[in-house]
Amino acid sequence: MGLVLRNVDKVVDGETHLKGINLAFETGSRNVFLGRTLAGKTSLLRILAGLDRPTRGQILVDDVDVTGVSVRKRGVAMVYQQFINYPSLTVYKNIASPLLRSGMKKADIDRRVRETAEILHLEDLLERLPAELSGGQQQRTAIARALVKDAKLLLLDEPLVNLDYKLREELREELQDIFRQREAIVVYTTTEPAEALMLGGDIVVLDEGCVLQAGPTPEVYRHPATLRVAEVFSDPPINYLSGRIHDNAVYLGSGSDEPVQGITRSLPDGPYRFGVRSHHLFLRPTGERDIEIQAKVTLSEINGSETFLHVTYDDAPLVVQENGVHKFKIGSAIKIYVNPDRFFVYDEAGMLVDSPDR
Amino acid sequence: MEKWADNKAWFLVLPVFVVVAFSAIIPLMTVVNYSVQDIFGPGNAVFVGTEWFEQMLTDHRLHDALWRQFLFSGLVLLIEIPLGILIALAMPKKGWGVSASLVTLAIPLLIPWNVIGTIWIIFTRPDIGLFGVGINSLDLLEVPFDHTARPSYAWVTLMAMEVWHWTPLVALLCYAGLRAIPEAYYQAAKIDGASAWAVFRYIQLPKMRGVLTIAVLLRWMDSFLIYAEPFALTGGGPGNSTTFLSIYLVKLATGQFDLGPAAAFSLIYFLIVLLFSFIFYQALLNVGKGEKAS
Repeated sequence: MGLVLRNVDKVVDGETHLKGINLAFETGSRNVFLGRTLAGKTSLLRILAGLDRPTRGQILVDDVDVTGVSVRKRGVAMVYQQFINYPSLTVYKNIASPLLRSGMKKADIDRRVRETAEILHLEDLLERLPAELSGGQQQRTAIARALVKDAKLLLLDEPLVNLDYKLREELREELQDIFRQREAIVVYTTTEPAEALMLGGDIVVLDEGCVLQAGPTPEVYRHPATLRVAEVFSDPPINYLSGRIHDNAVYLGSGSDEPVQGITRSLPDGPYRFGVRSHHLFLRPTGERDIEIQAKVTLSEINGSETFLHVTYDDAPLVVQENGVHKFKIGSAIKIYVNPDRFFVYDEAGMLVDSPDR
Repeated sequence: MEKWADNKAWFLVLPVFVVVAFSAIIPLMTVVNYSVQDIFGPGNAVFVGTEWFEQMLTDHRLHDALWRQFLFSGLVLLIEIPLGILIALAMPKKGWGVSASLVTLAIPLLIPWNVIGTIWIIFTRPDIGLFGVGINSLDLLEVPFDHTARPSYAWVTLMAMEVWHWTPLVALLCYAGLRAIPEAYYQAAKIDGASAWAVFRYIQLPKMRGVLTIAVLLRWMDSFLIYAEPFALTGGGPGNSTTFLSIYLVKLATGQFDLGPAAAFSLIYFLIVLLFSFIFYQALLNVGKGEKAS
């Protein structure tokens, strides 16, 4: 099965939620929608599911227009951010609920429910009510409800966002295995670049209701076509330094007259922006090619076993991601090292003109 | 366990003890005091033990009032709870209609009880009342409608008053409960192909369990203690047909000035309300939880 969105727009009360969406999905593909809050991820999922009709445009399944077909006949399954289960039914009945209207035999339903429960490690909890489960188990039940009926289209709307860190990691790994075994189009939305990378497959980067870039996930990560894509697809958002290129020499910062030694870029002269991800900025030199940047500490935040050091260089804010827990004095001067080979080069319009080889 | 350095923290609880003592314990103890004495006059009382309790428990007028009371409260719950749910389901979910329907529903709740009595007496009067004149002009009833004429007419009027007055409270509570259900539940049901009845039965009703428990308890207690409406309408008549427990109690205490029996009666009354509130609470807490896989 192939699913195609053609020129899809969604306008609600004069507000554009989605604009000119053209996408194609193949059966067996795993797709991640990455975007910040209000980027249009959920709106797009709802249209894919058939819960909403697009204002303009078409949805084709195997070349058949299904734009107006009701959600019941679409063969979709969906998992939500909240843990959605029928509150008065046991886990068993919850998992069985999508099959009840399918005309399946009771013995078959029982077998399917038990199989699915096993995949999600719910076999000992079948007699419980959702309220008697932990958050992770409730979401497992909701996922089981979605998996049990072998839908052609499996949609997951930020399913792990309401779980704590540990459970999220655990379930994320299991989901990868589960998706791999599915003969379905899997669509998964997230705001987290790390999650998108982990799930692999294809990615669609959304922002303000538009598709910014679509393609295989590692490909898009290595070559973010615009500065905005690079911002959305980096956590913390990608840093960029202003500069210019003159006679193939790179000048960093606004007022510098000295070219950065050791790097050349064969690009036309003019102003550019040089993007570099936070984990490619270091506090110690890591190689011969590193250049040194004099910056000032503005904030230091500790996240788990990592330290995010916010600094300013030439009025541009930068974030350095450093392993380990470190303490820095706010306002102090600090030297930062970066390998210029890591630079993504964007022109003034924010389009990618050069990216690192690896 | 480690011993605390001092017990000053107890002083922080003291104000609550004082308030509860004055608001509940002391008044209740006064009643307990009356219920075990025969009082002939100031400073002239005889301890009678459980005599008043025995007298009240075997009083057939109290039995009649009690059954009347159960019938009335049962009917109130049977009508108001489903009706309130239906109104809440029918209410608009967005737009100007929301505030309009909320304000309209709140009106009966804002009217003082004696005004409500007066409104309904005038409304049902057979000579000038809109309802009374209206129904009699249709000539359907064997005996012309008059809420003071027949027990059934008094009951109908009383039920109408009660339902009109308090169903809005149930509806408002249910509406709040419905609004708290995330949209995703309805979407999930839609994807499952669930019918409107299934959505009500498996999503809305279970999600309203909390507010419905409160609604049932409030309406149960309040209707079991009803006094103002029958008092304003017929004062317990015609005959004794609307003499509910409160009406009878007031007649006993301030009409006949039988303070001892009235005090014993009050305590029994209190225990009945408490017992049934507990039963309802437990029942609602556990209803629907026994559904196991078949």
